Amino acid sequence: MSRMVFLAPLALFVVLGIYFAVGLTRDPSYMPSALIDKPLPVFDLAAIEGVELGFATRDLDGEVALINFFGSWCISCIVEHPVLMDIAAREDVIIAGIDWKDEPGAGARWLEQRGNPYTLIGDDPTGRTAIDFGITGAPETFIIDRKGRIRYRFAGPITPLIWKRDLKPLVEQLRQEGDDAP
Amino acid sequence: MAAEIGQLALILAFLTALFQGAAPFVGGAPLQASTRIAALVQGGLILIAFLSLTYAHAVSDFSVVNVVENSHSAKPFAYKLSGVWGNHEGSMLLWALILALYGAALAVSNRFSTLKAMTLSVQGMIAAAFIAFILFTSNPFARVFPAPADGMDLNPLLQVPGLAIHPPFLDLGYVGFSLTFAYAVAGLITGKVDAAWARAVRPWALAAWVFLTIGIALGSWWAYYELGWGGFWAWDPVENASFMPWLAGTALIHSIRVVEKREALKVWTVLLAIMAFSLSLVGTFLVRSGVLTSVHAFAVDPTRGVFILAILAAVTGGSLALFALRAPLLQSRAGFQPVSREGAILLNNVFLVTACATVFIGTFYPLFVDVLTGTRISVGAPYFNASFLPFMAMMLVFLAPGAALAWKKGRLKAAIDRLWPALAAAGAIGVIAAWLSWPGPVIAALGAGLAIWAGGGAILDLLIRIKAFSSPLGAALGRIATLPRAYLGMTIAHIGLAVVIIGVIGAGAWRTEVVRFMEPGDVISVGGFDVRLERVVEEPGPNYTAERAVFSVERGGATLRNLTTERRFYPVRAMQTTEAGIWTMARGDLYLTLGEKSETAGWAVRAFFNPFAVWMWIGAGLMALGGGVAAARAPRRLTRRVQTVDSASTAAVATSAQGAIT
Repeated sequence: MSRMVFLAPLALFVVLGIYFAVGLTRDPSYMPSALIDKPLPVFDLAAIEGVELGFATRDLDGEVALINFFGSWCISCIVEHPVLMDIAAREDVIIAGIDWKDEPGAGARWLEQRGNPYTLIGDDPTGRTAIDFGITGAPETFIIDRKGRIRYRFAGPITPLIWKRDLKPLVEQLRQEGDDAP
Repeated sequence: MAAEIGQLALILAFLTALFQGAAPFVGGAPLQASTRIAALVQGGLILIAFLSLTYAHAVSDFSVVNVVENSHSAKPFAYKLSGVWGNHEGSMLLWALILALYGAALAVSNRFSTLKAMTLSVQGMIAAAFIAFILFTSNPFARVFPAPADGMDLNPLLQVPGLAIHPPFLDLGYVGFSLTFAYAVAGLITGKVDAAWARAVRPWALAAWVFLTIGIALGSWWAYYELGWGGFWAWDPVENASFMPWLAGTALIHSIRVVEKREALKVWTVLLAIMAFSLSLVGTFLVRSGVLTSVHAFAVDPTRGVFILAILAAVTGGSLALFALRAPLLQSRAGFQPVSREGAILLNNVFLVTACATVFIGTFYPLFVDVLTGTRISVGAPYFNASFLPFMAMMLVFLAPGAALAWKKGRLKAAIDRLWPALAAAGAIGVIAAWLSWPGPVIAALGAGLAIWAGGGAILDLLIRIKAFSSPLGAALGRIATLPRAYLGMTIAHIGLAVVIIGVIGAGAWRTEVVRFMEPGDVISVGGFDVRLERVVEEPGPNYTAERAVFSVERGGATLRNLTTERRFYPVRAMQTTEAGIWTMARGDLYLTLGEKSETAGWAVRAFFNPFAVWMWIGAGLMALGGGVAAARAPRRLTRRVQTVDSASTAAVATSAQGAIT
């Protein structure tokens, strides 16, 4: 009996450890954004230097799209960029980009060197639009439905796994939704 | 080049730590003794690594990823240095550095013994685990190619002196408990936890506790003076993470005393030592690994979390398994009377550990709920206040009489007879406080009465001991120097605790708050003052524009002074900060902040009067001072039982004390 008393702390710790281990598998970047199911913030961003089109809220009317915040200063964006290029080349989805707090010209150099996955791209040098989106860091990606509502927010670099597992099914589902109830 | 030197030093330190950990188990006496040298070498190597990173930050070497992500060429030099530990990788390196420095300090102090070799070995194992963690998952020396032209800078809110020095103090506290932990494990391995063991551990436990006390106080000071929300403690997971090891550590520094004096409570003390360090680990790491708070994905790397959990499982799980096997061998030598100093300390421990458990449950409850049901919730201040404060209140009830009880067998009635004036004063002040603060909460007045009982009892006991009531002042003051340091430190710390509680009750429960839209010329009254908004002006700053409001503080028509408060807007980061206008007085803080301007009604002004706020930090300072006094070695007196001299460094003190007596 008294022997069991000395085992109690270990037993308690093992139970805690299991909770911690399971807790680790939960994705901490899953942050229920306050903007989920809300309409896109209103913005009208100028084009970045060297790219013709800008990017405004109404440009995405009726489309399911990814809005990706990036910056040439952002190290994780270097990792993410090839994944976006791959999605743009192989999948049928609009990717819109917002160049967040970049130097003039830096965004254009970035796209020139690494290719341009974005259909639309806007320049947000002051970070004003990023505040409306509640961005916590770069890169961050939002998915919007055909009615222009934000349906999903992903913080951090998109990896092929995350695209295949989480984002792509959602994009397809949103397309379906739009077709069923136009 | 600096980065490569650092990397190499870190790898060598890892190998040294492995040797330090294994040596006492594979070899005989010569290898045991070599742990000492290993600890010193490891300390030197980590220091080289840390200095290399510091150099990279100081010269803004943007080919190092860590510098790019956390620095900027235009950042003030002091913050370039504090930026070294203002990020995950660097703070881990600082952690390892402090761990190694504690090990090196232990290696050079005291006489060498098997216990110490074992302790250094356990330290070596912990160090090896953490250096491996740094090398494999959080390398601060990683390069980036091509090197960017400039860095990403640090949040301006974090570029304040209070925040720059507060993490190292917390780390000194957290990591200090690694030594008491190592001693506990070494005690379990050797099967000897006795008075000599307690004498060796106690100064380290006190040192860690003092640093943690200072670290927590600095953090709350920063929150109060810099964040401009008028509060000082929010029970958020990061704060709780530092508070839990503090509570366990407070229990530990009390129970260690019982082992030292009576050779009792051994098993419990060993368990507390394991708990204090485990909670430090949980505090430093689980909060960062993303298990608890939803930090940004950029900082979270699943492999890090797994590594941390593995370390925690090895350290805590391993030590608790050892505890289950070996603790039954630790026999208490002395009998145990419930009414005695050791009985009172046990009671104090029960309250502290229960309070710690309530904080733990509140902090981790969201995690438990998430794991079981998948919903995200948060536990707020009401839970913590309702569950934590009653235990603190009960602890205060027993503090003064408990501390006045004799060891072995005390008499409660005698203790209360001795301290009745403090009890009377507490009752009177409680009633007066309830009357003055009406219709404020009566429970707060009760708390104030308890604080007076605890603090007043400690002061009264001190006065009686130095015969202040029956001998001339000079002679009575002279007796203070002859008191045992442990007693003197305890008394100072207990008075400090009472002072902190008065401050917390004042600023927490008795605060008055007025929020009003004001135009220049308007007056609001708060805390007995009339505060007049004189003017609001636009002020350009170096990298921000500010709206500065000037208030005049008046009482009875006479202007006492001006207070200014600012709202700053940083256009580049699109960030807004508040500089509160604070007038700190002994009886309370007048605390003004400026809010948004409304189109029609003027500026939103928030005015607080926080009674006794400054006493929180004065009290915390007293507690830390008390811990320091108790840790300092007492001059040996001939009346005391001759003890084995365990240090060469005390020889000088001992000789001078003997000289004074003969």
